[in-house]
Amino acid sequence: MQSHPFSQSGQSAESIQSRPIAAVILLIGGSVLLVLSAALSIAVGAADISLATVWESIVHFNPDLTSHQVIHQLRIPRVIAGALTGAAFATAGALMQGMTRNPIADSGLLGINAGSGLLLAICFAFFPGMSFVHLLFFSFIGAALAAGIVFGAGSMVKGGLTPVRLVLAGAAVSALMLAISEAIAIHYNVGQELAFWYAGGMQGVQWAQVKIIAPWILGSIAIAILISRSITLLSLGEDIATGLGQRTGLVKAVGALLILILAGASVSIVGAVGFVGLIIPHVSRYLVGVDYRWIIPCSAVLGSLLVVLADIGARMFNPFAETPLGALIAVIGVPFFLYLAMNERREL
Amino acid sequence: MSSSIAESVESARRKRAFSVMTILFALIVIVFIISMDTGELKLTPHEVLNTLLGKGDAKQELILFQFRLPRMVMSLLVGAAFAVSGCILQGVTRNVLAEPGILGINAGAGLVVVLFISVVPVSGTIFLLPLLALLGAGGTAALIFSLSYRRNHGISTIRMLLVGIAVAAGISATMLVLTLRLNPEQFKFVQVWLAGSIWGTDWRFVLALVPWLVVLLPLVFVKARVLDVMNLGDLTARGLGAALSRERLIMYASAVGLAGAAVAVGGAIGFVGLIGPHVARRLVGPQHPYLLPASALAGALLLIISDTFARLYNIPTGIVVAVLGAPYFLYLLMRTKGQN
Repeated sequence: MQSHPFSQSGQSAESIQSRPIAAVILLIGGSVLLVLSAALSIAVGAADISLATVWESIVHFNPDLTSHQVIHQLRIPRVIAGALTGAAFATAGALMQGMTRNPIADSGLLGINAGSGLLLAICFAFFPGMSFVHLLFFSFIGAALAAGIVFGAGSMVKGGLTPVRLVLAGAAVSALMLAISEAIAIHYNVGQELAFWYAGGMQGVQWAQVKIIAPWILGSIAIAILISRSITLLSLGEDIATGLGQRTGLVKAVGALLILILAGASVSIVGAVGFVGLIIPHVSRYLVGVDYRWIIPCSAVLGSLLVVLADIGARMFNPFAETPLGALIAVIGVPFFLYLAMNERREL
Repeated sequence: MSSSIAESVESARRKRAFSVMTILFALIVIVFIISMDTGELKLTPHEVLNTLLGKGDAKQELILFQFRLPRMVMSLLVGAAFAVSGCILQGVTRNVLAEPGILGINAGAGLVVVLFISVVPVSGTIFLLPLLALLGAGGTAALIFSLSYRRNHGISTIRMLLVGIAVAAGISATMLVLTLRLNPEQFKFVQVWLAGSIWGTDWRFVLALVPWLVVLLPLVFVKARVLDVMNLGDLTARGLGAALSRERLIMYASAVGLAGAAVAVGGAIGFVGLIGPHVARRLVGPQHPYLLPASALAGALLLIISDTFARLYNIPTGIVVAVLGAPYFLYLLMRTKGQN
């Protein structure tokens, strides 16, 4: 069966290497750009605020000024949420692609998007008017449930959890949950509400949510970087990893848990913005080579950058009726990714 | 000695494949008979038989010949077309997740449908939709091909998968923005279409679909061995003398033709294309001469069962496909040992 969709066997020697220098430049340059765009993101919006005011509100916060209040209560949590979720989606995608060795795999394949969508559909249909915090909670429960089924079904087999089984089980469970939520959405007429949620956006993100997700996301990214060496070995193939003394079962279990936390938390905040997890790891791999010790941190930085930029765009187009974040990410990401893809020289 | 072992393995395989296909075919016939009796207006088997023999009353004839049969035949054809298309794509790309969606077929057809619906009232000239959907599907596939084509290299598989992701994502984003602006009635129509509902329930649509299958299915079945060779990897395939670029293009084009025609009348029932071939592979093994026809039968069976339920409960067929197909697929996945 076709089980090695992304094997590097056909690559020419020079492209197999990782490029640490490029990676360091990317990390530093990306972080600088991220800070700049975060500042810009705080400044633009329905009420434009000058960068000087932004700076002032951070160093000399004055609660009497409306602009300072806007910055502290609305803009800063929003930009932090954007950076966190972007990093989380991208890291989760990189882990997924590394673990399954499949270039068209993203974190949604663990059933995360579909599971969270299903519980949201149920909430919208049977408990309309549920509070945002509860929706967040149920969305995460749905993600965990689906990921649990995917991982459980994939590993309860003779022969264990192979990457192929994981992606196939993921595709099947995702399709099943998606179908059920579609049926609910059509039957109870909540499709458009669900679509709005799914379209992604960060209106109304508050400190409370940022405080809940931040430790989880940052912690998971740190662990992801710690196990990145094992992910690199896994990406060379299960046999090679085992031969080199990897405990592949353990690595995959930890990886799946990280993906669940990262993507589950992000989906519950911004909706199913799947594209970040799909393209950013490819972009990173293209720029820094095949070593996940570099791919994972670079993906995190680039993912943050993409989402923060897209969120600026979402407010600039039409400040009062925000454009869906997912759509803007595609506007920025698709041409760039297309360019990289067209130059792809690898063969299978 | 060794060749006789190989021969006996081959003959055992052939026997198994034929028995699996016979069972699938028998199941299709049984479901077809049950399905003819089922619907909002129930007909007894006796009435169905009478009507088929031309002895039914006008109402029974209308129900059976004008409503039920075209839709059933349509679902058989659509199921077979999607499944074979998916089987080809999984073979050529050697990627287990490949299905007609990676060629942008669903996205392209969906975009055209959304555009059309947002301009023309839902009750308007709906019969134009299949044609437009076909154009959208074909256009997107052509775009993906041309972007992943490089002179002297032809179409590389990985480039095509990546370009496919990008194009489909771009189109989905556009669709998202458009669908959020639709009014609830339009939105519901699009949603039902995207969920996959066999709605070309008219003999004219059946007739429009048949030529695609009549031409493409035999072509693909004849070329089945090429897919086996491709599965060995590019270098080996070239070494065995396959004109890789050209064969690949023929295969992709056939997959587009089959799925594009199917998506036009059946909506985005993409899951059949993913799961049909996998189910078939778990039943008959990975040799394409058996796998392709078995996929066609599995896809047709899955879709006619699903469509029977869909008609009974009035929900989009694609939803039933996933609800029935996914658990069965998971069961197969857990039961069979990995063949990889």
